[in-house]
Amino acid sequence: MPTFVYMTRCDGCGQCVDICPSDIMHIDKTYRRAYNIEPNMCWECYSCVKACPQNAIDVRGYSDFAPLGHSVRVLREEEKATISWKLKFRDGREKNFESPIRTTPWGSIKGPAEYDAPNKEDINSQELAHEPDGLNIKELPALTPDQLKVGVV
Amino acid sequence: MFTSNPFAELSAAISPSVMQTYIVVMIVLVAVGTIYDVIHKKSAKYFSQNMEKAKKNMTREVGGGEKVSLAIKTLVVDVATSGEFCNPKRRIAHLLTMYGFIAYVVTTVMMIFCYEAVATPAIVAQLWHLGALMVCVGGYWFWFFIRVDVAAEGNSPFRIVRADLFILMLLASATLGLVWSYLQTTGNSWTQAAFGFYVIATTVLFASVPWSKFAHMFFKPAAAFEKRMSAANGSRSNLPAPADVPATFGSAQQQSKHF
Repeated sequence: MPTFVYMTRCDGCGQCVDICPSDIMHIDKTYRRAYNIEPNMCWECYSCVKACPQNAIDVRGYSDFAPLGHSVRVLREEEKATISWKLKFRDGREKNFESPIRTTPWGSIKGPAEYDAPNKEDINSQELAHEPDGLNIKELPALTPDQLKVGVV
Repeated sequence: MFTSNPFAELSAAISPSVMQTYIVVMIVLVAVGTIYDVIHKKSAKYFSQNMEKAKKNMTREVGGGEKVSLAIKTLVVDVATSGEFCNPKRRIAHLLTMYGFIAYVVTTVMMIFCYEAVATPAIVAQLWHLGALMVCVGGYWFWFFIRVDVAAEGNSPFRIVRADLFILMLLASATLGLVWSYLQTTGNSWTQAAFGFYVIATTVLFASVPWSKFAHMFFKPAAAFEKRMSAANGSRSNLPAPADVPATFGSAQQQSKHF
C-alpha cells in the first residue's frame, strides 16, 4: 500500500522528505518534485500524506484488500488541530471522520528538555519527578506518624 | 550604469533589426517549447481526464460569475502574490525572482523595440538593472539556501542536476547582463566577451523550455485555478471538506532541515 506523489500538485517543499521514517521520500532530479524511491520499503504510516501542505500525496492500496474504485484521503489541518478522513467504498458508500489532534495550541506544552535540571538533593525526597505540580495538586496525600494509632485509619 | 541602455551602445555593432528578430525568435521558442512540452508530457490529456473525474464527484455546479471570481482570486492570490507557498522564505524569494524577471524581460523588449531613434528614459534602464538585480538576489538566495535538494536532502549547493537548468540559466542571464552593462560603462576590453556569454546564457534559457522548468509559469496558474474550481464544485480530489472549526491553534510547521 505504498504512497505516490501527484507531481502536478507537488511544489517541492521537502516536508515529506523530512518526515518519512523510512527515508524513502526524496526529490526527483528532473523536476525537483518529491517521489517515493522505494515503494517496497513504505511503512504505510501516512506521515507524508498528512504532512504534505498541498495534499499532493496519496496511497495506492494493494488490490487484495483495497479494490479498484476505492478512495482514502486525509486532510490534516494544523491551525484547526483537526484530522479528517474521507473514505469512499467501491459500492458508492462514503464515510467521513473528523477528529481533534490536540486541545491546546502548538508549542504550548513544555517539552522535557525545557524544564530546569533537577537538584541533587531531590533524590532524598519521597516525591517523584514533577510531583506534586505535575499532578495538579498542592501535595500528595500521605500518612503521618501521629495518624498511626491503633483503631484510627 | 543604471540609467543607460546597454543595447543602445550595442546598436553600433549589431543593428536593431537583428536584436528585434532575436527577441521574436526567443518568444517563438518559448511558445513552441511549451506546446511541445504539453504534447510530450501529455499534460492536456491528463488535465482533461482529471476534470472528467472531478465532474463525476462534484456536488454542485459552479456558475459563470463564480468562475470569473475564482479566476480573479487565482490571479491575485496564487499568481501575483505567489500564495501557493507556505514557507515565507520560499515565497519572498519567488516573488523577487518573478517580478524581477518580468521587469527584466519587459524592459529588454522596450529598450530594443522602442528606443532605436529616441533616447531611452532613465527609468526604463533603471528597471532593467533593478529587475536583473532582483532575479540575482531571489535566485542566489534560493540556489544556496532554500532549494529543497539543499535544505531537506542535504546535498551540496554546488551539485547540479537537470532540474537546475532553468534557475541556473536565469541566474546566468541576469548576472551576465549586469556584468556586461558594467563592463560597457567602464569601457573594458572584456565587454564583447561578456556580451557573447550573455547571449549564450539567454538563448539557452529560452531554447531549453522543453527540458527545463520554464513552463511552470504557464502550468502553475492553470493548476491553481483547477484546484480552486475543484474546491468550489465539491470534488476537491476526494479530499475531506475543511473542518468547520476555528483556526486558533497556530502552526507547528518547521523549516526543512538536513537529515
